[in-house]
Amino acid sequence: MSREPFRKLTSRTLVLSQENIDTDQIIPARFLTTTTREGLGKAAFYDWRYDANGRPKNSSIFNGYNRETHKILVAGSNFGCGSSREHAPWALFDFGFRVVISSDIADIFKSNALKNGLLPVTVDEATHRKLLASPGIAATVDLEEESVTIEGLGEARFKVEPFARRCLIDGVDPLGHLLNQIAAIEAYERARA
Amino acid sequence: MKPQSLFDKLWARHVVVEETAETPAVLYIDLHLIHEVTSPQAFAALKERGLKVRRPDKTLGTLDHSTPTKKADAEGRLPYASREAEEQVAALIRNCEEHGVDLLGLGDPRRGIVHVIGPELGITQPGKTIVCGDSHTSTHGAFGALAFGIGTTEVGHVLATQCLLQRKPKSMRVTFVGIPPAGAGAKDMALAMIGEIGADGGQGYAIEFAGEAVEALSMEGRMTLCNMSIEAGARVGMVAPDETTFAWLDGRDFSPKGDAWDRAVEDWKNLATEEGAPFDREVEIEISALAPMITYGVSPDASAPVDALAPAPAGDVERSAADYMRFEAGRPFADAKVDRVFIGSCTNSRLEDLRAAAAVMRGRKVMRGVVALIVPGSEAVKRAAEAEGLDRVFIDAGAEWREPGCSMCIAMNGDAGAPGDLVVSTSNRNFIGRQGKDVRTVLASPATAAASAIEGKIADPRPYLEGAADVA
Repeated sequence: MSREPFRKLTSRTLVLSQENIDTDQIIPARFLTTTTREGLGKAAFYDWRYDANGRPKNSSIFNGYNRETHKILVAGSNFGCGSSREHAPWALFDFGFRVVISSDIADIFKSNALKNGLLPVTVDEATHRKLLASPGIAATVDLEEESVTIEGLGEARFKVEPFARRCLIDGVDPLGHLLNQIAAIEAYERARA
Repeated sequence: MKPQSLFDKLWARHVVVEETAETPAVLYIDLHLIHEVTSPQAFAALKERGLKVRRPDKTLGTLDHSTPTKKADAEGRLPYASREAEEQVAALIRNCEEHGVDLLGLGDPRRGIVHVIGPELGITQPGKTIVCGDSHTSTHGAFGALAFGIGTTEVGHVLATQCLLQRKPKSMRVTFVGIPPAGAGAKDMALAMIGEIGADGGQGYAIEFAGEAVEALSMEGRMTLCNMSIEAGARVGMVAPDETTFAWLDGRDFSPKGDAWDRAVEDWKNLATEEGAPFDREVEIEISALAPMITYGVSPDASAPVDALAPAPAGDVERSAADYMRFEAGRPFADAKVDRVFIGSCTNSRLEDLRAAAAVMRGRKVMRGVVALIVPGSEAVKRAAEAEGLDRVFIDAGAEWREPGCSMCIAMNGDAGAPGDLVVSTSNRNFIGRQGKDVRTVLASPATAAASAIEGKIADPRPYLEGAADVA
């Protein structure tokens, strides 16, 4: 199955500086009754964007947010903790984000994001602080080079697991690789039987 | 040979293809548990590629997240929260039928919360790799299994190949030092541990829990502890299998029988971590003076003894959490009026949990104005509890005795608090809005939750212990 490839992106940031933004914040559980993965952008950060009556909150940071020009989400540490719901990266991607940057991203969220064209970038604390302090700044995220260049603030390096990186650059689902291992899987099953 | 840890042994046993610099290991999965919420898109992905479930015999389905906990009406219709919820349940039934996967569906006496039924059926066993599209899959690690939560794309990978692509995580041993005093148990140990290492302290690690207190825990207690590993950021939490484990599994539906049982136990005895096995990180948690614990913030690491004073928030994060939770700094938590109590979830809905809650509630009344929901973890737990009369204890106290399911832990089946409610909950997450929009969640043990229901405020369960002076 093909996915939207990710190589390099220049865009502006939206900053959510809170620590421990869990996947219940990213998409509340009441939106998980869907049986498809499409169209979840409307549920992204729903309770941060809308009040109990479904009206946009005046105080929401998402007001006036431009999805076309702000595709990089910068978040406080331990982003994506909690539930394993892949609906979280589906919602963020559908909302318009292509990169999430933090000092620390939860394991299951990171794994899910990588499989859905949403690049999780973990940067050093100093770079993280700079990004948190500069909402809306332009940055270039280059996956081939594993670098993020922040307008006027310099460059930082990051690491992405090499196989996931390759899949993301090529826009392929890692399932193809697993399916190529069927002979080895069968041999393993025979040996253990 | 170098001494190995439980985790090292389980990992090595399941590697089909070793990892390289370029590619992760291909890891074999012995048991794949599925439920209605995180599987429909995975089945759709199989369909798109024209694939079948490769090993339906190693796949088991149940319905728990979206299912109502209220009984069907006179026409037999269940009160689903929405048409989508009902459709999601129907989708799993269809998908399991189409792919020949056993489903413990509605009406099946073995149905229940996925992390309650696996152990209960004896299909969760030492030495197995177990995955599920659910972060609390770590629960099964209580049996010395390597168990972790995965996303829906990975659910599809396991359905299609019975394998996952994984890098080996680092290892951490958390050793509990001392034995907790009466009134404090596995849930309190878990909350103390998370408070100590932080909500991201276990990120990138597989945790093994060790120490005298862990060895002394029942299987239910070990499950509670392993269940909460993910709240410290660790996908895996495990305990070495021992006689307690074997005794629990002996005679269950899926447990080996006869000679096969003896051989299995011999093998399982070799799984424990060997003396001198290396860990990437070692942590000790002192619990000789452990008190019943609660959380006061919006992340599970904001934990404190139930009889403590609310701390003054430091920094923006704690301040916004304190604003949300509305605990007044310097005041006892016990001042806070409780609106709801939820006793249930894959953390604390087993028979032992219900007994602990019933011991507190027996002969007492839930405070007027408090809604108390008791939701057993499975049909089997429900039957066993009713056979002991626990349902009567709860109902006589004025609590609601419901049908099994995830219920208010994730609040997607219609069971939820009202905006502003303070809920004392035996579940695992106190995130903002987790139990309903603007609901404030306090995590606690079943005994603490039950005492809070009786007093209508956050309450210390210790005065209710057998032999304690009468509090009424």
